Amino acid sequence: MNWDVIFSVSLESLIGLSTIVYALAAIGLNVHFGYTGLLNFGQSAFLGVAAYGMAITVTTFGQPFWLGILVGLGGVVVLALLLGIPTLRLRADYLAIVTIAAAEIVRLLFRSVTLSEWTGGSDGLQQFSQSFYDMNPYSSPIETTLISFSTRELWVLTVGWVLVAIALLIVWLLMRSPWGRVIKAIREDEDAVRSLGKNVFSYKIQALILGGVLGSLGGFVFALGLAAIQPDTYGTEFTFYMYTIVILGGAARVFGPVVGSMIFWFLLTFINALLPSLISVGAIPSSIMTTNQAGAVGYILVGIGLMLLLIFRPQGIFGDKKEVMLDAR
Amino acid sequence: MRRAVVMLTAFLASLFIAFGFGATSAWAEGEALQGTLINNGQPVAGVQITVSSQDGAQVGQVQSGPDGKWTVPVPAAGTYRVELDVTTLPEGLTLTNNRPVLTLPVFEGSARTALFPIGSEAGAGAPVDPGPNRLGQILDLVYTGLHLGLMIALAALGLSLIFGTMGLTNFAHGELVTFGALMAFIFNVFVGLPVIVAGVIAVALGAGFGWFQDRFFWGWLRKRRTGLIGMMIISIGLALTMRYISLYWFRGETRQYSDYVAQPGIDIGPIAIAPKNLIMDLIAIVVLVAVSVALVKTRLGKATRAVSTNPALAAASGINVDAIIRLVWTIGGGLAALAGVMLGVFQGINYQMGFQILLLVFAAVTLGGLGTAFGALLGSLVIGLATQLSTLWIPTELKNVGALAVLIIVILVRPQGILGRRERIG
Repeated sequence: MNWDVIFSVSLESLIGLSTIVYALAAIGLNVHFGYTGLLNFGQSAFLGVAAYGMAITVTTFGQPFWLGILVGLGGVVVLALLLGIPTLRLRADYLAIVTIAAAEIVRLLFRSVTLSEWTGGSDGLQQFSQSFYDMNPYSSPIETTLISFSTRELWVLTVGWVLVAIALLIVWLLMRSPWGRVIKAIREDEDAVRSLGKNVFSYKIQALILGGVLGSLGGFVFALGLAAIQPDTYGTEFTFYMYTIVILGGAARVFGPVVGSMIFWFLLTFINALLPSLISVGAIPSSIMTTNQAGAVGYILVGIGLMLLLIFRPQGIFGDKKEVMLDAR
Repeated sequence: MRRAVVMLTAFLASLFIAFGFGATSAWAEGEALQGTLINNGQPVAGVQITVSSQDGAQVGQVQSGPDGKWTVPVPAAGTYRVELDVTTLPEGLTLTNNRPVLTLPVFEGSARTALFPIGSEAGAGAPVDPGPNRLGQILDLVYTGLHLGLMIALAALGLSLIFGTMGLTNFAHGELVTFGALMAFIFNVFVGLPVIVAGVIAVALGAGFGWFQDRFFWGWLRKRRTGLIGMMIISIGLALTMRYISLYWFRGETRQYSDYVAQPGIDIGPIAIAPKNLIMDLIAIVVLVAVSVALVKTRLGKATRAVSTNPALAAASGINVDAIIRLVWTIGGGLAALAGVMLGVFQGINYQMGFQILLLVFAAVTLGGLGTAFGALLGSLVIGLATQLSTLWIPTELKNVGALAVLIIVILVRPQGILGRRERIG
């Protein structure tokens, strides 16, 4: 049993790529769900549209990297408008159903054979990240006994954590501004806000766009960090993980998503590293679990964790129970 | 009331252990291309596969083993060309997507799986030739649309009743569908009963599972006064848990029941329909009509509708709201299991089948008007037809996109749905 490896991958995951991607996505989702009370179940689509917007621009059409980023961000804004305009006037559960449907539409379009000329079908796209790695200022990797990162990883992590910091700063500044107070008031009582003469619909659209754009930063980091995109990454499980992270950290708290993401990925990486090695040394007989099955266990535990959190501690680690929007009809 | 949690955990844990059947796994070391050739759940052996690098140099050539698996190690990460020699496929089998050559990137340190979907020649995957037989094609799509619509309706009725009586948008309803299909699979393939008997057992177990869920989980949450949005997210957690328990036990592949796999169709007018589908349609119609009549005519049905309209008033007039909700869960579980068995006979059993149809069920329920039982039936038929008929204009792989797009358009135009009451839903 190789405890060194298990602990080192778990420690690396505390600041690793997944943690950054999910933290950014969850910061965006926190604006939707935590602060505004919008039940967006299609956050994965925002990340997917951003990543594909960039990759298609660079790989398929051979345009510069920065134009790709702009196209990705533009796509996210358009998606937010498309989703928001029909549904934001309706009750919360309508938005939930429509966003989850839209996320599936987006994923099915990405992986369709018909559009594979542009999107690469179910294989996705590669070779769009060269200009990003050309900007890499690091020349030597970090190698310690516990953690090691290559120069490429270091560059992705640096950019990722800078983006996380910027996103947190934006959320922190906005939520203590008058705009943020209106947003939180909408979560508590839409009618009261409306009676004060605020245009609730417009505020909700703004929040949907803001959360989508913040989340889409995660989509860019994810695509660049892996140097490849695949359509099935952007399935509904992606969004469900983000919800678990937001609720774990504490909804409507600035640092909640980041802490949630670190704890979530530390635990999940630990389990995903521990189980296969327990199987390989024979501590778990292969009649009960094989290495292939070990992958499903992570998802099962996430599901159970999500249920237990909501039942016993809906405010998560840092949250305030009064601020968690869990009842609306 | 910790008991309920303990019960649920114990139940999930027992599922775990009970279903922990062993199997061998090929865990590749280093870069490789690999795959498993399967036709209708049966491995296909002796098929020649050639891997070459991009400059044309051959890297390796193998034949698929008796378990259908093949692996070609490659020297380094990069892009490779994988070719399946179609002439070595057994008689009567072909690649359903007609793509014998795949160009795939292999990433550092990982084995890449190449997919070759195999099916019988002139099988279901073969495109219907357009033009001269356009009418036949349309009628065929109308029939499959109605067939799909009936299966959606079985699941949608339960979902709609649950939404109406307790206000829960149950994201775990798709897992009830999968549950029914898997239970029928256990009794059909492992125990060896005929599909029909296994199906009846599965429906009974599905109803029991629905009752069990409400008795020990949702009912307990209602007593704790968990908010509706909270319960909705809890149902997502439950769905995730159950879906991956299914994967854990059932694996990722699509399998078939032992009977009625490829039944030849009988000609009815210009189209050919397999008798199994007609019989299933009949069962579905009888069940749906029976439940609908019961909703309108019986005392319990009236009580159910009363709870849907106004739970507080219903409770005040002496209706036991909790008992009605439990009844609705039981019926909903049974109907969903029946939908699962029918879906399994129609297109095979996969751990994701419930989730895949769940989005169509949601679309149907929303389309008909959230919480209206008859709206759900109507919405299901519309979604079934829209899904199938959209293939006249868009590729088959995108047919669900058509159905989901219909949902979004209807919400734009008529947010309360087809039969929904015009109330404030903003």
